[in-house]
Amino acid sequence: MNTSTPTWTDVGHLDDLPKPGGRKLRTAAGDIALFRTSDDEVFALADKCPHRGGPLSQGMVYGRRVQCCMHGYNIDLASGVAVAPDAGQATPYAVKVADGRIYVDLASATAGCACAGI
Amino acid sequence: MKEKLVLVGNGMAGVRFLEELLAVAADKYDITVFGDEPHGNYNRILLSHVLSGEKQFDDTVLNPESWYIDNGITLLAGRKAVAINRGRRQVIAADGTIVDYDRLMLATGAKPLALQLPGGHLRNVLTFRNIAEVEEMLRVAKPGRNAVVIGGGLLGLEAAWGLARRGMNVSVLHLMDRLMERQLDAPAAGLLKRSLEERGLSVLLSAETQGIVGSGKVEGVRLRDGRTLAADLVVVAVGIQPNTELARQSGIQCERGILVNETMQTFDPRVYAIGECVEHKGQTYGLVAPLFKQAKVAANQLAGAGFARFEDSVMATKLKITGIDLYSAGNFTGGEGFEELVMEDPARGIYKKLVIRDNKLAGALLYGDTENESWYYDMMRDGSNVSELRDGLLFGKGHGGDAGHSGHMALAAMPDETEVCGCNGISKGAIIKAITEKGLFTLEEVRAHTKASASCGSCTGKVEQILAFTLGGDYSAAPKEKPLCECTDHSHAQVRQAIREQHLTSIREVMNFLEWKTPDGCPKCRPALNFYVIASWPAEAKDDPLARVHNERVHANIQQDGSYSVVPRCWGGLTNAKELRVVAEIAERHGVPVKITGGQRLAIPFIKKEDLPKVWKELADNDMMSGFAYGKAVRSVKSCVGKGLCRWGTQDSLGLGIDMEKTFWGAWTPHKFKMGVSGCPRNCAESTIKDFGAVGVDSGWEIHVAGTCGVRVRPTDLLTKVATAEEVKEYAAAFLQLYREEGHYMERSSAWIERAGLGYVKHKIVECETNRKALAERFFAAQKHAQVDPWVERGAQGALPEEYAMLEIADMAA
Ligand code: SRM
Ligand SMILES: Cc1cc2nc3c(=O)[nH]c(=O)nc-3n(C[C@H](O)[C@H](O)[C@H](O)COP(=O)(O)OP(=O)(O)OC[C@H]3O[C@@H](n4cnc5c(N)ncnc54)[C@H](O)[C@@H]3O)c2cc1C
Ligand code: SF4
Ligand code: FES
Repeated sequence: MNTSTPTWTDVGHLDDLPKPGGRKLRTAAGDIALFRTSDDEVFALADKCPHRGGPLSQGMVYGRRVQCCMHGYNIDLASGVAVAPDAGQATPYAVKVADGRIYVDLASATAGCACAGI
Repeated sequence: MKEKLVLVGNGMAGVRFLEELLAVAADKYDITVFGDEPHGNYNRILLSHVLSGEKQFDDTVLNPESWYIDNGITLLAGRKAVAINRGRRQVIAADGTIVDYDRLMLATGAKPLALQLPGGHLRNVLTFRNIAEVEEMLRVAKPGRNAVVIGGGLLGLEAAWGLARRGMNVSVLHLMDRLMERQLDAPAAGLLKRSLEERGLSVLLSAETQGIVGSGKVEGVRLRDGRTLAADLVVVAVGIQPNTELARQSGIQCERGILVNETMQTFDPRVYAIGECVEHKGQTYGLVAPLFKQAKVAANQLAGAGFARFEDSVMATKLKITGIDLYSAGNFTGGEGFEELVMEDPARGIYKKLVIRDNKLAGALLYGDTENESWYYDMMRDGSNVSELRDGLLFGKGHGGDAGHSGHMALAAMPDETEVCGCNGISKGAIIKAITEKGLFTLEEVRAHTKASASCGSCTGKVEQILAFTLGGDYSAAPKEKPLCECTDHSHAQVRQAIREQHLTSIREVMNFLEWKTPDGCPKCRPALNFYVIASWPAEAKDDPLARVHNERVHANIQQDGSYSVVPRCWGGLTNAKELRVVAEIAERHGVPVKITGGQRLAIPFIKKEDLPKVWKELADNDMMSGFAYGKAVRSVKSCVGKGLCRWGTQDSLGLGIDMEKTFWGAWTPHKFKMGVSGCPRNCAESTIKDFGAVGVDSGWEIHVAGTCGVRVRPTDLLTKVATAEEVKEYAAAFLQLYREEGHYMERSSAWIERAGLGYVKHKIVECETNRKALAERFFAAQKHAQVDPWVERGAQGALPEEYAMLEIADMAA
């Protein structure tokens, strides 16, 4: 676990995200997929599908999942873990919404990720 | 006053006659029936399945006693008629009952031939004719006990199989050197023997029984060669003989059977006879199909109509042993003046033989693959000239280089006249008609209304397929039909119906109305619902881009590396210097190649998502619009150069191709929809593997539908021929619309037509002009709302920036 206090970066407004849907956030450390569910929960994952690296931000969001647009892996938005029978995990980022603005802890990338290598 | 009609023989032919009579002259007669057996009427054919345990007696009942009551018929069940006083016009039963008649129908069936051998009277030596005998067999048939069946014909083998299924050790003794010699030739009989032996039966050929041994009850069967086989049960099935006892005693003329003319009348004009008891032109019958025809003729006569005549027809036999497919019809032995076509594949257990005389099919013998039996039967019955089909005849109807032809398809493609139920002579068309007119949904209902598959049951699978493709989505109403996805219990058809009937115009409304189990649906149902509401309510429904699969949402094809390919329209595959220049410049600016696609278009690959609107704007500014190469939509119309350029061209295929593409672009469809237009039958545009294809011929255009060559290859079906290009467009619109209204989302037109049936589609589009025009009209009405170029919206007008631009962090940390 990452124990240091999070550094929140303002990455945009909630309404910049389609509902329910995803959008790509470009950062120096690589692309992050931001997701917004139909009840306005927001999640962030590295924009790289555990299957073959497809851009998760382009997938279809439903419930608390996204389906990768490339070959159809279903990914749990909170953990980044692929829904069985598929396996793998996309790296999750810490994210929060305050006053309609979305904040991501860009340094949290490895937190809780069991498979940072992917 | 009503006339009095008496029927003697409460069996399959007799009661069928009553049904036919009631249908045409319900009130003409007071009817009394004598039946030797103590039941209503049951399906004798299914006794084989009762014996094998695949059916219960109750399943075989055709007319329960209540049926007689409901129809005002007096049933004297369990009473045997023993005499006819023709002078007084009375029938007298064994118990003394006397009934007067004005007309008398004899349908006393046949009797099993008895073995004139020592021991034939012993207990547990039985024949196989009625339910009482089957019940007796079942009392003896215990696993491990021995049964000997004497007779290797159809009945004997079915008895043997039934007893083997009950766990008995069964031996079949057959006098001849091959099984079912009346229906099979030596190779087919050999294969049958092998199959039976593989199933654990022992088959002894050229086996002459000398006697049956035992004291009180049977203990064994002694053969002429000295062997004795142990037996707890002996079934004698060595043939049948018309039951003429009553007729003979009453002085009615008989030879082998009761003699009748082609109106089924005996020598006594008040007395008629039908069924296995009769002889017509020297011929007796032992299968239900001709008997049911006799029943119909007799009903027509006794109703007073008097025009029907009985004619012999080709006799066909099927063996009802699960897992053994065997069909034999007509003259399969051939001989002088006959030709034989034979195909043998012993490894797969397939043998087919077709016998031809004067270019007509005279007989067919099919073992292991009976797929095309109806096709052959039709040709035999109709005396069709087969010389043109010869090459492919043995391979069956679907022959013609197909990877995807399934049995289902062959059936869908069959003409309406094709006989499906051989026993009852019910055609495919009659079944479809009953289903649509009477609103039938289940196999049972079809049986009740048409009799199809109600006799031997071997066509049950086909009838179910016809039900499935006739009802299309509605057949899904049956609970076994799968729900659209896990978010609902409703099937595609039910969802569509709700959208239509409840006027639901958005995904949300559908989900609310049908109580979707998940809040957002899933990637399977959302795109489907989006399509269904748009297809049903084109003017009102609003597209939900978030419910579209990725490529459709962004109007481009995503590629391996996350970039996109851009495929502009190139009407009919024709382009020009200006368009090429535009494409070339874009490619040069982005440093990418240009790919010529399989659909005759130019694709610009490797465009980054954020650059798409820019590229589109540039194309739009030069009148090049979206090619929809990403959509479940009308795709490109592939065309050849045609009449204006090609020396063979009979029609202007290029002109029509361009016209078609301009007419049909933008329409959303259940799955992608590709078209082709060729100028002559050389078919350079490959129109016969497209969802819709037009092939020019001298007199106009052939219209082909429902082809594909993607995951599987399926050539088109010929829908019809028309004279003008305008008609081609009308047919295309009608076909597209029917497919849009009835196809399931993600079902190519090829899969849809196999479900719906070519006959059905022809009926809707070709045969019924009003319907065709109405479909086309609905299509064009929807087009008004569909033909909006998405690239213009997104490129030139800058719509949906949040889709194409990514978020960036203002003060990005280093
Ligand atoms: C571009 C093209 C290949 C080429 O470079 O020539 C192509 C490219 C793709 N095809 Fe295709 N198909 C192309 C002609 C074909 C053809 C040939 C034809 O149309 O004459 C076929 C077989 C004919 C048919 O459809 O019956 C074909 C059968 C498929 C299938 C299988 C469909 C099926 O029902 O079996 C798919 C998968 C699907 O649609 O679900 C597919 C899917 C795809 C996708 C969209 C895959 C995807 O989902 O991303 C490919 C996009 C790649 C890209 O970079 O754009 N493509 N594809 C062709 C574009 C045609 C056009 O100009 O409109
Ligand atoms: C086990 C089995 C399997 C068969 N499988 C097939 C098959 O797959 N396909 C096929 O086409 N055919 C098959 N058949 C043949 C078919 O069942 C007969 O062709 C058909 O039943 C004949 O009809 P019918 O009305 O002439 O005679 P039946 O159905 O036998 O009816 C005659 C009735 O008359 C009654 N009767 C006779 N004399 C008198 C009297 N004096 N007074 C009162 N009642 C009397 C009898 O008891 C009987 O009930 C099979 C037959 C059997 C036994
Ligand atoms: S065949 Fe079609 S789907 Fe397959 S790689 Fe080629 S373009 Fe892609
Ligand atoms: S890359 Fe996401 S499913 Fe294949």
